[in-house]
Amino acid sequence: MKLEESPRIRELKFILARMRESPLSILGIAIILVFTFIALLAPILAPPTPGRDPYIIPRSGYFPEPQPPSPEHPFGTTEGQYDIYYGVIWGTRSAYRIGVLVVTVSAIIGIVVGGLAGYYKGVVDEVLMRVTDVIFAFPGLILAMALVVAFGPGLDSITLALVLVGWPTYARLIRGEFLRVTSEDFVEAAKAIGCSDLRIIVRHVLPNSIFPLLIAASLDIGAIVLIAAALSFLGLGAPEGYADWGQLIALSRNWITGRPGDPFAYWYVYTIPGLFLFLFVMGWNLLGDAFRDILDPMIRRR
Amino acid sequence: MRAYLIRRLLLVIPTIIGVTLLIFGVTQLFDPYERASLYIRDPRQAADINEIIRKYGLDQPFYIQYFNWMSQVLRGNLGWSHSMHMPVLEALVTHLPATAELALYSAPLIIILGIFLGKLSAVNKDKPIDHATRVMAIIGWSLPSFWLGIVLLAVFYGGLGIFPPGRLSPWAEAMIASGEFKVYTGLYTIDAILNLNPAVFLDALMHLVLPVTTIVTINVALIMRIMRSSMLEQLGKTYIIAARARGLASKQVIDKHATKNALISVITISGILTAGLLSGMVITETVFEFKGVGYFAANAATQLDIPAVLGFALFAGLVFVIANLIVDILYAYIDPRIRLG
Repeated sequence: MKLEESPRIRELKFILARMRESPLSILGIAIILVFTFIALLAPILAPPTPGRDPYIIPRSGYFPEPQPPSPEHPFGTTEGQYDIYYGVIWGTRSAYRIGVLVVTVSAIIGIVVGGLAGYYKGVVDEVLMRVTDVIFAFPGLILAMALVVAFGPGLDSITLALVLVGWPTYARLIRGEFLRVTSEDFVEAAKAIGCSDLRIIVRHVLPNSIFPLLIAASLDIGAIVLIAAALSFLGLGAPEGYADWGQLIALSRNWITGRPGDPFAYWYVYTIPGLFLFLFVMGWNLLGDAFRDILDPMIRRR
Repeated sequence: MRAYLIRRLLLVIPTIIGVTLLIFGVTQLFDPYERASLYIRDPRQAADINEIIRKYGLDQPFYIQYFNWMSQVLRGNLGWSHSMHMPVLEALVTHLPATAELALYSAPLIIILGIFLGKLSAVNKDKPIDHATRVMAIIGWSLPSFWLGIVLLAVFYGGLGIFPPGRLSPWAEAMIASGEFKVYTGLYTIDAILNLNPAVFLDALMHLVLPVTTIVTINVALIMRIMRSSMLEQLGKTYIIAARARGLASKQVIDKHATKNALISVITISGILTAGLLSGMVITETVFEFKGVGYFAANAATQLDIPAVLGFALFAGLVFVIANLIVDILYAYIDPRIRLG
């Protein structure tokens, strides 16, 4: 098959052409690229001390009052003298780590479970739908919070909790796509010539149904980082001193009102980590919003 | 309609059983000694912990324990909250009015603003005003609620000295604790009106401004987005083109026909809005020390107060299930295709 004839390539070209027309999605991509570079270049931008866990922010002393930006600490320090610059740079890396990990694991579980339900239908499907119903019956953040408390606070617990809350969305998505694709003629044809179930799923059904899931899952990275940061902010995530935006924002809570006569004396402790988190989430949401419009058949303009 | 109603009500039962099974499943991660706290009504009972394990069969198989636990839950016993020093149910009930008050002001604002902005955006599609509202929505949607709350507090409370955190100023709290102020609902703005006390009303209102602003900013995009896309969908339909062809004024077509039909999708999304509100309350109430159920739950979570967190999750799950039930019934009432289909 020649590449340019494939409808998937044509679809991709269409999406790229439409994205070029939308300044907001370009901005989104630019923001995401900047953060990706920060995450990749973290060891150069903020060199860790050799032999120490690079995700633990170095601290200079234990003085409780945050210190303003200085040549030594470009973004200042938090309470307990953690370096904010180091924290937000390595925080980008830990944001990507949790976002990509949660999305990948949830998507894999979603593909396997949703695929089985959509291909074999019947009892398997019924059980899956009931299980997802129960998970969807909770507001996501609240279920995740309860699970984190049950597993014991920490980043691993947050990751596990977000996977448990997140996979049903992907399972339902893949199930729907499988139901649609398996009713098409080429799948019937493959069955008629005696292909095994595994071959049909891997070679025929999956390639025709996985595209929406890949888009949905990768765009969820922003939302997942936001929930993880909220849980860290509540004190359920990273241990103190770990490079994590939510935790850095939590460290600023005692310094919101500043000093008498100087209300914004500690502006850097909440503004800088918050801006990193906000821009990161917005980058993904800008891209997601553009995609939603491009892919929505109801308002799509060919 | 009645057949649909019965079918939909029956569907709630397996969901609620599922919700309780999930919560109960989480408790199984703990050993019997920790789980015993889910059945205690009073810390003095903790002395006889082996007695409690025996009484509720905490060393019995899963299904027996589940029935024992359910029979306790149905009697309103959700265990003892060590972070609040009171039974979990009592803690939830005491904190509920604060959350209800936040919801009372946030939800209508979110819906009205969301409908207005979504319509504005759709009618002016691809014009500057459309881009501006969409950018605003994306910004609101992307703002971490806890960070927005902190920035608002820094600017308005720290900088300008208005809109303090908490629910009331100390003097107003003292007044409410005194006998002369009658507490009817626990929603202080409403109680102040009933007591004809403008000072307390104003004080309660000042404390509501920032948390309500936070919740509205974060959640308005949800309604706006759905209103915009369903409005665009309606405006592209043949009945709209026909109405325009018959010579109806553009404003009349938009207001009378398109808006009415586009609003149906706003109703279907309000179930999701409930979830957003419940999650948002946990964070927002924590930042503003606004002592509602969300504050209680977040505080309990940091103190690893397991019965309280699970009790709150159960409560949130039930509220969400009931909200979805109401949405579905409303939807069926408005759209006959649903109840007859």
